[in-house]
Formats: sequence, structure tokens, C-alpha cells
Amino acid sequence: MDYPILSTVIFLPVVGALIILLMQRSNEGLIKWSALTFSIINFILSIPLFTSFNKTTAAMQFTEKYKWIPGWNINYALGVDGISVLFVLLSTLLTVLCVSVSWKSVKQKTKEFFAALLLIEGSMIGVFCSVDLFLFYIFWEAMLIPMYLLIGVWGGPNRIYAAIKFFLFTLVGSVLMLIGIIVLYFNTGKSFDILQMMVTNYPFNLQLILFWAFFAAFAVKVPMFPVHTWLPDAHTEAPTAGSVILAGVLIKMGAYGFLRFSMPILPEATKAMAPAMMVLSVIGIIYGAVICLGQTDLKRLIAYSSVSHMGFVTLGIFALNIQGLQGGILQMLNHGIVTGALFLCIGMIYDRTHTRQIADYGGAATIFPVYAAIFMVFTLASIGLPSTNGFVGEFLIILGGFTASKTVGTISALGIIIGAGYMLWLYQRVFFMEVNPKIQGHNDIDLREILTLVPLIILVFWIGVYPNTFLSFMDVSVQHLIERLNSAGQQNVAQHIIEVIQ
Amino acid sequence: MEQYILIPLLPLTAFLINILFGKSAIKDKAHWIAIPAVFGSFVLALMAFAEVMGGKVINQDIYTWIVSGTFKASVGFLIDQLTAIMLIVVTSISLLVHIYSVGYMHGDGGYYRFFSYLSLFTFSMLMLILANNLLQLYFGWEAVGLCSYFLIGFWYEKKSASDAGKKAFIVNRFGDFGFGLGVMLIFLSLGSIHYADIFSKIGTLQGHSIAMFGYNVDLITLIALLLFCGAVGKSAQIPLHVWLPDAMEGPTPVSALIHAATMVTAGVFMVARFNPVFSLSPVAMGVVAITGAITSLFAATIALVQNDIKRIIAYSTLSQLGYMVLACGVGAYGAGIFHLYTHAYFKALLFLGAGSVMHAMSGELDIQKMGGLKKFMPATYWTFLIASLSIAGIPGLSGFFSKDEILWLAYNGGIVGRIVWAIGTLVAALTAFYSFRIIFVAFHGKFRGTHEQEHHLHESPKSMTIPLMLLAVGSIFAGWVGIPEALGGGNFVGHFLQPVLGHPHVHAGEAEEKMVMAISIACAVGGIFVSWIFYVLKPEIPKTLVSQFSGIYAVLWNKYYVDELYDAIIVRPTTWLARSILIPVTDGTIIEGIVNGVPKMIAAFGQKLRKLQTGYVQHYAMSMAIGLFILFSLVLIGAVK
Repeated sequence: MDYPILSTVIFLPVVGALIILLMQRSNEGLIKWSALTFSIINFILSIPLFTSFNKTTAAMQFTEKYKWIPGWNINYALGVDGISVLFVLLSTLLTVLCVSVSWKSVKQKTKEFFAALLLIEGSMIGVFCSVDLFLFYIFWEAMLIPMYLLIGVWGGPNRIYAAIKFFLFTLVGSVLMLIGIIVLYFNTGKSFDILQMMVTNYPFNLQLILFWAFFAAFAVKVPMFPVHTWLPDAHTEAPTAGSVILAGVLIKMGAYGFLRFSMPILPEATKAMAPAMMVLSVIGIIYGAVICLGQTDLKRLIAYSSVSHMGFVTLGIFALNIQGLQGGILQMLNHGIVTGALFLCIGMIYDRTHTRQIADYGGAATIFPVYAAIFMVFTLASIGLPSTNGFVGEFLIILGGFTASKTVGTISALGIIIGAGYMLWLYQRVFFMEVNPKIQGHNDIDLREILTLVPLIILVFWIGVYPNTFLSFMDVSVQHLIERLNSAGQQNVAQHIIEVIQ
Repeated sequence: MEQYILIPLLPLTAFLINILFGKSAIKDKAHWIAIPAVFGSFVLALMAFAEVMGGKVINQDIYTWIVSGTFKASVGFLIDQLTAIMLIVVTSISLLVHIYSVGYMHGDGGYYRFFSYLSLFTFSMLMLILANNLLQLYFGWEAVGLCSYFLIGFWYEKKSASDAGKKAFIVNRFGDFGFGLGVMLIFLSLGSIHYADIFSKIGTLQGHSIAMFGYNVDLITLIALLLFCGAVGKSAQIPLHVWLPDAMEGPTPVSALIHAATMVTAGVFMVARFNPVFSLSPVAMGVVAITGAITSLFAATIALVQNDIKRIIAYSTLSQLGYMVLACGVGAYGAGIFHLYTHAYFKALLFLGAGSVMHAMSGELDIQKMGGLKKFMPATYWTFLIASLSIAGIPGLSGFFSKDEILWLAYNGGIVGRIVWAIGTLVAALTAFYSFRIIFVAFHGKFRGTHEQEHHLHESPKSMTIPLMLLAVGSIFAGWVGIPEALGGGNFVGHFLQPVLGHPHVHAGEAEEKMVMAISIACAVGGIFVSWIFYVLKPEIPKTLVSQFSGIYAVLWNKYYVDELYDAIIVRPTTWLARSILIPVTDGTIIEGIVNGVPKMIAAFGQKLRKLQTGYVQHYAMSMAIGLFILFSLVLIGAVK
């Protein structure tokens, strides 16, 4: 505990990536084992965040602060609170699983692949830990490059299109955010300190403009309807590890951005815009769910289900009450676990059959019984069965949504019915009925693959049966966030728009 | 007190052992794990019952499940009179079905899987009835639905079976949608989801109304109706009844345990449990009563013409569930639970008897291909006959007492009560008719199946016939604990449940009670008699009726075309929307058009300046980004300062 834990977990993977890049290309065994070792050590080093976290304060913990570019008042400042801490842990865990699942499936440019994976790990942890807006932006953008490469180099047949689309979407969003960041800088007495921004009161008009500038970046990442169309392409073409990182951590950053910036820095604008955000969320929930019913590709279906599930997340966040916020944050974690696991599962079966078309499957429960049982666990978590993590998150979100607006809560609950529909239909077409000759003759998943999934199974039931372990982490931070929102005045948007026009 | 935690934990342990080690180690010895576990639960349930008889009510939290702000849900047990009766029903039927399955499922490839699901189901059902708060009830509610999904689709290679499982789950989700909203509305209105808090505070909501979608609705009525949505799904009432007949795709012991005796009665149990809420809303009570009455009539008419032995019994289950629901609707919660309890025995017996017949007939379900089975399988015949007499409402057997109690209390329940009483009495006659149709067609007369089947006919093994006999004992005597005072009995059940469920006010006298009783007896005897004429004395009559009323027959044969209707108005439009609108139009054309259009415009612009451009999309992106950046920076910084 006397090491700078956050810097370590950010930069150890980066060091690992550099070491791997220096290795002999032909020595694949060494490359893989090094990647695995680095990711596991990093996971172990991140565990004190879980065990030594002080749950009674909303202040930043494990903080580090050094002057970086004093001329512009830029600091290298790190810290985690109850909102971000769990995502650091999720990132370190998922990276280990990603290395494991890529063990055999990545056959070309192995060295660069594992280096890119570790670079992504470092930069995404950096995003969650930054308390300096400039530093945050560096990590935010840095993550984009290895991710772009992951899709563009190791992806499927249509990878270039998907990679560019991913890049363009996020870049446009990021540019608007950068402008927002600069405006904030000048309005906070030339400071990038996020903690200072959280206690500054900005004029309402400025808040509104900034809200939409940040919205552009965050909504694309989440992704919210209607800027979601990059996600199915990116997921479908990305290699398994890429999809897991995308679903598990990367798209959480959008929702995290709302929580870390939009809400505490722009509370009045957030309150004014919350109804619009809830409506967009509900559209996303229903739209994403219905569109799943028409999918023929396994990964595309799960990708669209992410649109629906992330709709729940943003709904919870913008319900602006404690149940909604806690449910939303928990559901971010849940979605990372469950959707990450589903992509891992799909990757495993794809390694054998080399097809993602649902129609090529059928009767997989007969051929892969262990795999089928594990896939069932994640299917149930995805449809929110009580005692799995999905239920706790969705229930709290809908409760929060229902508290904020009866109509919104009711419509969002419809998403649960459709969710059961597409997931069980998927399961039926892949695992039940007669065996499709196309999948005949393959082996069930092996021990390495089972061990890759076991941690996620444990988390599914842990959060499902005893969610308080995780809810207690965010309790105080969420309370604090709500107090910040409540202390902000209520603004009449329509009146302001009229004033601006006049 | 602590030992009662074991009631659900024993089956859960059995489930975990069988599901983890069944495939590799336990295999066809799975019942050695599952049966002792459920037997243990049964013994503990008897102890709990004895303790409640002694006047003790247990209400204890075990651990806190979810806390978020003021929302708090725990896992805890409430063992009162209602729970105690349910515990006996669930553990005893589950035990008998476990034993029966040893013979019935013998040699099946998924033997260990079957027993692990049975254990999981028993656990979930026990959690449901033991709950002391709504969220735990909801857990049990969805978990029994999950087990039902697993067990209906047990033979998952069959498309029809996996379809039926999926249908059951999704249709139930429609009900749970309402139920879940009901739970939330209760929390928002009362600040708690614990039974004790709800029942003590619900009165304070009287007269409150709430705006929903622009309408003002009475709050208690809305809460009650939302909760009832869940019951409509789980207890397969109209309009969410469609899953139950299809659920017969599952192995027959499952039909007996889950789709007749226990799980489907969870809806009735829940309405009875929430009687303090329902009783405050006459509107909701009316809806409950009418829904139950219509379902019972609707299902009984369909059962008249079906030929699949399990489906006839399934429609009979729907009809009897309708009875229980209508009882709740007229405030006769105790009578509804009494019928739930007797029904569990005779209906489980009917299903297990049907399973025994299928076992002998190599899986044949069509009663028209049976006949004369009486002499091949006497134990099955006699027990089946006892169950049929019981369900028909012949005096002296279980079914008579509970059905009579419902009809009598409905008769006393005002105008709505009188209407549902009339429907219920008609249904009683129909029930007697179709129940004995099975007896006469399948067990009497000449065998009409193939020679191969005839050669194979045999009585089932002891592990199957002994549970049948024990259930037959239950079908006769289980109702004797509720013999009404008018017949010199003590109506023990009614008094036992009174502290929890109350007792509706009865104003008519004993003479009228005897008259109501006489009418229902006449209906039962009349139904059996007509059945005897139709299927034994003059077998040509049904055929003439079918040809004369072919339109009505087609409607009944096709179950009023409800499945077709839902397919046309829900299933098809939704998939059409996904496939023909959302994917190609909104996502494919509109959104993609806009987002791809912007880079294309820039690309077109670049074409004109291609001397300056490199042709890499990344570069276009960069120039676009830089341009936007400079532009917006100038505008914003200028505007702000």
C-alpha cells in the first residue's frame, strides 16, 4: 500500500507493452506468457483498491498529484472515488480474460496484438483515474489508437470500414468535448482541476452549451440512440478481445463521463436536460431491443442488445435519484461483466466453427453441454433474472425511472419483456433443437476457456445475491452527487432559450 | 426456528450437487440426492405446521439483499397459517413426484438434469411461499418460471418443446411486467415492500388517486390490478393463459408438479396473501372475480372437444385455477386456498395417471387411440377414477368440499358473486362431463391402438403406482378438514386460515346453503350421466353433434384462435418492425445516410482539392476535426468572454 497504486496500474501495462514489443517475433510463447503475467500482476496490484477503499467518504482516494506543465496549470493528478473505483478493477480483470481468450485465436502479429491490448488497459484505467481534465483527455484519446488498430488489423473481413467508422464517430465527439474542456479551462480561472470545477458555479447558458459539447462525446461512446450505428459494425468486425474491451469498458466511459463531468460540473444544465436524456434512453432501450429480433449474426445481436442495456444505464443516471444512479452505475458494471462474457463465449465458439450466423447453429447443447450451461448463466443475467446481477441493476434503474416519471418507467420496463424475447430466441436457435451438421464434430470448451469464464460467473451471482458489497462502494459518492444536484437551482429552459433568441 | 431455513436450503443443495457432479459422477443415482433433500423439507414443513397450529407465527429477516437509499429488500421468512398450508402442499406433492419420476424418467439421458431441475424448482417455490417481502416473492416468482422453462423444454431437441418453454417464459414476462410495476408503486406509495408494513399502512392510501398517462386512477385499485397482472400470467388466466396448454410438452411429472399442483397456483396464493390490499378495492375485486369466472368457463368449453389426454387435463387445470381466482374475487380467499390444496392432490393424480397411461402406450396421447385400458392397468384406472370423481365434485371426496365452499361463498357475494356462482355451477357440470369423457373413452370400451401398442400394454412399476395410491388417498380425504358446518363438520381449514385471510360475511341461511349444494351435486351427477350416454350408451351422438355444429366445434377445437390472434397482432408486427423498418430504414438508410453523408461530402470536397490531399480517410478526418475545432473555439470563446 505504500506504492503509488494508481500510477502503477496505469503504467505497468504500458511498460509491459514496450517490453513485449522488444521481444523476438518468433518467440510466441514468451510473448503470450509475458502478456498474461503482466495482466495478472496488474490485476493483483489493483486489488487493494477493493480491500482498502474507504467507503465512508465521497472524496477522492489513492490520490497522486504532481505539477506537469506549470505554465498552463496542468497537473498529473490521479484519484478514484466510489463511482470510478469499480471500473478500474473491471478493467484489470477483463484484460486478464482477454489475454486468455486470445491465446490461440490470434495467429498473426501476435506481438503487436498483445502490446496493443496492454496499451488499451493502461489508457482506459487512466481515463477512470484522472482528476485533471487535460490528463483525462490525453488518456481518452490515447485509448482510441490501439483500439482502432485492434479492429483494423485483427478484425473480420469488413474491418477497415468498421475501424474508420469507429474512429470518425468518436473523433467528432471528442473534438466537441475538447472545445468544451478549453472553455471550462478559461471559466475556472485557467485550471483543469476537475475537483475545483465540481464546486464552481457556471452561468446557466454556458452550462447548457457545455452540456451539449460533452454530450456529443459521451453519447457516441455510450452509445445512445441515434449515434449508435458504429457499435454493431465495430463489434462485429473486432476480434474477440476487442469486442470484450469495447463492451466491457470502453462504452462505459460515455456513461462515466456523464457521471464525472456533466452532472457535478453542470448540475443545472443536467437537471434541465434530464427529461430529454431519459426520453433518448427509453428510445434506445426499446429500439435496441426490437432491432435485436431481426438480427441474424450472433455478435450483431449482442451489440444491439448493448444499445438497449446502455439505455437502461443512462436512464438510471438521468433519473437523478439514488436508486436510479446506483442502479445505473451497478448496471454499467453488470453490462461489462455479462456482455463481456457473452462476447467471450461467442469468440470461443467462433474459434471452432468460424461462423457467426445464427442459422448455422442449432443443437449446440448436445455438442457443447458445458458451454451451453455457461452460456445459459449469462443469458439469464442478460435478461435480468433475480439472483443474477442483471436483475439488481435493472430493478433499481426502473425503480429510479419510475420515481422520476411513471410513463418513462413503464415504457422502459417493456424492454425487459423484449429482452427475454430476443435472448431466449437466440438461445433456442443456437443451442436447442436438432443438431446442425455444420457444428458437428467439435469439442466442448477446454479448461483454459472455462477458467476464463468462471470469474465472471462468480461475479454474476455475487452481485445478484449480495449486491451490497458493490452498492456500498458507491453509496456515499452517489449521495454526494445528488446533494450537488439538489443544491443547484432549477432553471426554466424554455425561458432561457427565449432570452437567448431575444 | 433456525432449522426452517433448511426447508428451502435442502433442495438448493441437492440442485447444486446434481448440476455440478451429475454428469460426471452421479448420473442415474441423482434421485439419491434429490429425494432425501425434499423428504427433509417435507418433515420440516410438518414441524412448521405443527408450530403454527400451536399459535406461533414466524416472521424473520435472514439477510439484507439490496439497499439503495431508502429502498431495502431482505431475504426473510414469514411462516403463518397460509404459508404453513402451502408448505405442506408443495413439499408433499414434490416428494411424491420425485418418487414417481424415478420410474418414469428411468433410462432418460438427462436423468440427473431432470432431478436437478426438480430440486431447483422446489427450492424456488419454497422461497416464493416463505417470502416476507415482495422482492423475495418476485425472486421466487421468476425462478419458478425459469424452472418451468427448463422443464417444459427438457427434451430440447424437439422444436415444439423448446418453443413451448420459450413461450411460457415470455408470456409470463408480460404478467411480471405489471407485477414489477405494482411492486414499485407500492414502494413509492408506502416506502416499504415488506408485507407487515404494507398491510399495516395500506389503509392510509384509501381515497388517494394517481395520474397515469394523463388519467386519474384510484391508487389502491391500480396497485391491486398491477399485482393481479402477475397472477394472470403465472396462474394462466385469460388473456395470458396461452402458455399453459403448450407447457404439456414437458415430461408428465413436471406437468403434475409445476403445471397443476404448485407453480400455477402461485398467482392465487399471491392474491390471497395480498387480501388486505385487494379487499380495499371493489373494482379490482370485481375484475378478479370476472377474470376467474370467464377463464373457468372458457377453458372448460375447450376441454370438451380435445383428444390429447394431457391437454384435456391442462384445460381442466386452467378451469380450476379460474375457480380459485374467482373465489378470491368474491373475498372467499380461504375457500380459494382450500381448493388450491385439494386440487393439488387430485390434479397431480390425474396427470401422473395420464403419465402412467403414456408409459404403457409408448408415449401415445390421443384418447381416441386408447380404450379398454381398465383391464391392463387396474391401479392406474382406479386411482384415475377417484381423481375424476373428486374433480367432478361427488360428495364425500376432497373436490366436493372445496368447490362447494367456493360456490356457496360466491352465491353470497352480491350481484357479481351471483353471476360468477351461476358460471361456476355451469362449469361444474362441464367439468364432470369432460373428466368422465377420458374415463369412458380411454379406460372403457375396446382398445383402438395398434397391435404393437396393445402387446406392450402393462401396469406401471411400483415406484409409479405407489405415489398414485397415496395421491388417491389425498384426493378422497384431504378435503375432510374442511367439511362445512351445514354438513356437521368443523370447517377446520376455514377457521385455521381466518387470521390471515378473514372470512366473508354470509347472510343466507343453512337451507339455502343446502340448496346450493344440491344444485352443484345435480350438476356433477348430470355431467357424468350425459358423458356416459355420449361415450358408452350412444357413441354416435357426439359425431352427429360435431357435424351439426361444425362451426362451434372448429372454434373450440382451435381454442378460440387466441394463439393465432396473438401471432397476428403481437409476434408478427414486432418482427416485421425489426426486419423491415428498423434495420433497413431507420438504421440502414436514415441514420447511416446522415453519418456516412458527412464524410462523403468532405471526401467530395477533397476530390476537388485532390492535389492537396493524400487520399487517406484518416487525413480527411483530421482536417475535419481541426476545422471544426478552430471554428467552434473561436465562436465559443468569443461568445463567452
